[in-house]
Amino acid sequence: MKIKTLVSAIALTGATLVAVPSWAADTIKVGVLHSLSGTMAISESALKDTVLMLIKEQNAKGGLLGKQIEPVVVDPASNWPLFAEKARELISKDKVDVIFGSWTSVSRKSVLPVLQELNGLMFYPVQFEGEESSKNIFYTGAAPNQQAIPAVNYLMNDLGVKRFVLAGTDYVYPRTTNKILEAYLQSKGVPAKDIMVNYTPFGQSDWQSIVSQIKKFGSQGIKTAVVSTINGDANVPFYKELANQGISSEDIPVVAFSVGEQELSGLDTKPLVGHLAAWNYFESVDTPENEKFIKAWKTFKKDPKAVTNDPMEATYIGFNMWVDAVKKAGTTDVDAVEKAMIGQKFPNLTGGMAVMNKNHYLSKPVLIGEIQDDGQFETVWETDSTVPGDSWSDYLPSSKNVIADWTSPINCGHYNTVTKKCSGEN
Amino acid sequence: MRHFIALCCCLFGLLSSQAYSAESSTSTSPSANQPPAELAPLMLELTKAKYSKLLPVLKKIEANSDESMLPLFRTMMNGNLYFIKTNKQLVQLIEDANQKTYQGIFSQQLVADLSKRDVSKIKVNNHLRSYLRNAIARIQLTSSSAEVRKNAVRELLSSLDEETVTTLERLYSSETNQTVKTEMGLALAINTARQASLPNSTRIAAIERLSGSLENTARNVLTQLTNQDNPAIKAAAEHALKKITQRVERFGFLNQLFFGLSLGSVLLLASIGLAITFGVMGVINMAHGEMIMLGAYTTYVVQLMMPNYIDYSIWVAIPAAFLVSGIVGVLIERLVIRHLHGRPLETLLATFGISLILQQLVRTIFSPLNRQVSTPSWMSGSWEINPVFSLTLNRLYILAFSLLVFFALVMVLKKTSLGLNVRAVSQNRNMAKAMGVKTNWIDAMTFGLGSGIAGIAGVALSQLTNVGPNLGQDYIINSFMVVVFGGVGNLLGTLVAAFSLGIATKFLEPMTGAVLSTILVLVFIILFIQKRPKGLFPQKGRAAE
Repeated sequence: MKIKTLVSAIALTGATLVAVPSWAADTIKVGVLHSLSGTMAISESALKDTVLMLIKEQNAKGGLLGKQIEPVVVDPASNWPLFAEKARELISKDKVDVIFGSWTSVSRKSVLPVLQELNGLMFYPVQFEGEESSKNIFYTGAAPNQQAIPAVNYLMNDLGVKRFVLAGTDYVYPRTTNKILEAYLQSKGVPAKDIMVNYTPFGQSDWQSIVSQIKKFGSQGIKTAVVSTINGDANVPFYKELANQGISSEDIPVVAFSVGEQELSGLDTKPLVGHLAAWNYFESVDTPENEKFIKAWKTFKKDPKAVTNDPMEATYIGFNMWVDAVKKAGTTDVDAVEKAMIGQKFPNLTGGMAVMNKNHYLSKPVLIGEIQDDGQFETVWETDSTVPGDSWSDYLPSSKNVIADWTSPINCGHYNTVTKKCSGEN
Repeated sequence: MRHFIALCCCLFGLLSSQAYSAESSTSTSPSANQPPAELAPLMLELTKAKYSKLLPVLKKIEANSDESMLPLFRTMMNGNLYFIKTNKQLVQLIEDANQKTYQGIFSQQLVADLSKRDVSKIKVNNHLRSYLRNAIARIQLTSSSAEVRKNAVRELLSSLDEETVTTLERLYSSETNQTVKTEMGLALAINTARQASLPNSTRIAAIERLSGSLENTARNVLTQLTNQDNPAIKAAAEHALKKITQRVERFGFLNQLFFGLSLGSVLLLASIGLAITFGVMGVINMAHGEMIMLGAYTTYVVQLMMPNYIDYSIWVAIPAAFLVSGIVGVLIERLVIRHLHGRPLETLLATFGISLILQQLVRTIFSPLNRQVSTPSWMSGSWEINPVFSLTLNRLYILAFSLLVFFALVMVLKKTSLGLNVRAVSQNRNMAKAMGVKTNWIDAMTFGLGSGIAGIAGVALSQLTNVGPNLGQDYIINSFMVVVFGGVGNLLGTLVAAFSLGIATKFLEPMTGAVLSTILVLVFIILFIQKRPKGLFPQKGRAAE
């Protein structure tokens, strides 16, 4: 017993001795977990830079709780299991107080058990399929009811669309989103024969027969639109083929959930003009906050052509809310910050206030824009007020009665309001 | 071969006639220099109104205008309409390769010294765009060119409102051109068939008039009529629809066939180089896809160097890509593969390594982002044969090009001394050596030829898909599939295999979806190889070992 105490005492002294000379003890560490190589690097590296810019700005303002913020950047290389390993490394080895990271749903699902085991904290900034709520994650991207459902409403009410093509890449986000949309459309009285669902593999480049099918489906005299969850660069040949087969945005508009300013930059946008996208943020929105943010970003990147996009705004809101929550809690302790986060308010770049809800989702405005020939979006419709993110979709039978609420007395990410039970699921 | 040349000639003839027609349709702009004075306040309103308020303004402009408003509407539809902030003059943005200039919309004169900050854009959305398209068509109904009038009528088919119908009725009697008159008659028949208040006999006559038409609107009107209670109308509509459906299905089949041939041509281009390096030389070259990628990047670089001559860039890019990929191929052969002769496993690993190195090299030089390769204007758009059957031009050219490359390669192998040596070395290396063939040199040349052709494939693929570091990876599996399926060492087999796989995939796709059709084709090939390990056309005789 004595020996053990002695050993631990020595170990403790050793640790202090090592720690004291380094300045690390006086900083707050922020982990950045975004792919900097591999297929996702195109999208994710911009978010890494966003976090670095925000940290730099915060440090210039005097840091946080009197300390400087120190970023710890790791590269999970678009490799999903590596996300879990790197998250473990960040929390256990680097002792970061918070992680900003991940893009694809697969990578988030891979990090989640690690966060829960080590009680870490992560901010996830990308639009996704919902159907998840963890105590250790704050979701600042859009849930389906903040992107897909308003977009479909716009198509039905403003454009008079009665037939829908749900086209997506074959993986979890499009499949779940389309399932929700199908249920939603049917609840609105759209018959099953007026919904066409189509999945294609990643990187699909030969769209001839699919576009011709869409053309056939859309030329029955009833207004048709395509709701696209097609991911990544497969979009370019898709839009090109639409133009080649003579389908314009006036005949069959395409509303996309994965095409943003970043994806459009450096592209020939002529064939895309007039097609739509639904997001919570567009670079083109004219507010003083947004102007300031864009200017800061261009200066930070030293590139006058650098563009901003929706996940960057989500990162911006998430980071600032975390800073405010830490100030409110007076500590970076995960449990205290988690409590302080709920109810946090921060101004959106597009105007209005984003609010962090009890289910760890944000309330945000929804915008729909038409693609312009300069690669920017022109807002054609927006919600009157902010829309709270719905963690468990009301339109899926399996999650209809389920809510998430991380305040007492419920304190649960998967609470069934009928049986009054918490399943313990995330 | 002769047929093929004839086909090429046809294609070029078609191309030039298309270019001509495009020109003639834009040259109808009038010479009016100033907008009519009574429209001036409306023009001013145009610069002030918001989206939702623009439509009434445009309607007013259309109501008191003639052909002189065409440039305004056209410019606005294309999103190039701006106004000068200080004096509210409307100007048109003209974008050249490297500079933007503005010219007065009515005066057609250049307004000097305008920068981006001096002007503001008049924005359009889909609503306005479709209105403008129809407005232009309505104005063009009285155009002096019969071709323009015909297209205007066709444009208006899907949006026949009362006003348009009255205009059409008025113009129908005075129309002199027979084709335009037929189109107008069709439009009026569509309208008549829909009017429930008219007597049955008139409507049935109109329905009969529609029965041969492939126009979408005609078909939709008939479909709606089959759901009606009036039995006589219903029967007539059903009869007419049956005739149309048969024709549409026939053209639908042709369309599928073309899609299949087009995919086949892409597969052929991608695998034909491999058919030489893998098929003839027996080298498993995992870096073949990267040779394609290098060709595509060469196209990009060529376009960067001649931004004002995009239309001709392809002709420069083809030989350039052949040289770049060919030289890289020769280097790979000389530096790596030569030393691994007769060790297929090591060759596979080494070439796989080379493929990774080349990908990373491209990432470092050009960034991991995809590069934009423009399509020359003569390759974009489609050749519309009738309303339900059109061929996209870029794919049509690539189909012809792939066959051209194929036959050129066959000629090289059959008719030149290099080809003779290549065949000698591939059939019996030692004997060829004994006869004085420089096998080392032939190996390098063969590999260079195969790689160079992969480079040419890259030029064609840059027109269809994204040019990025992963371009090659997407095609390497398909290439091997085609070569193995066709029979290793047999160029004709590659041709047949590429087109049959292409057609099979495209006929499966509508039934099973894109994901499953790929799987089904792969399963089929696995089963086929089990049964016939040497592919469709196995090599026979002593050369087959």
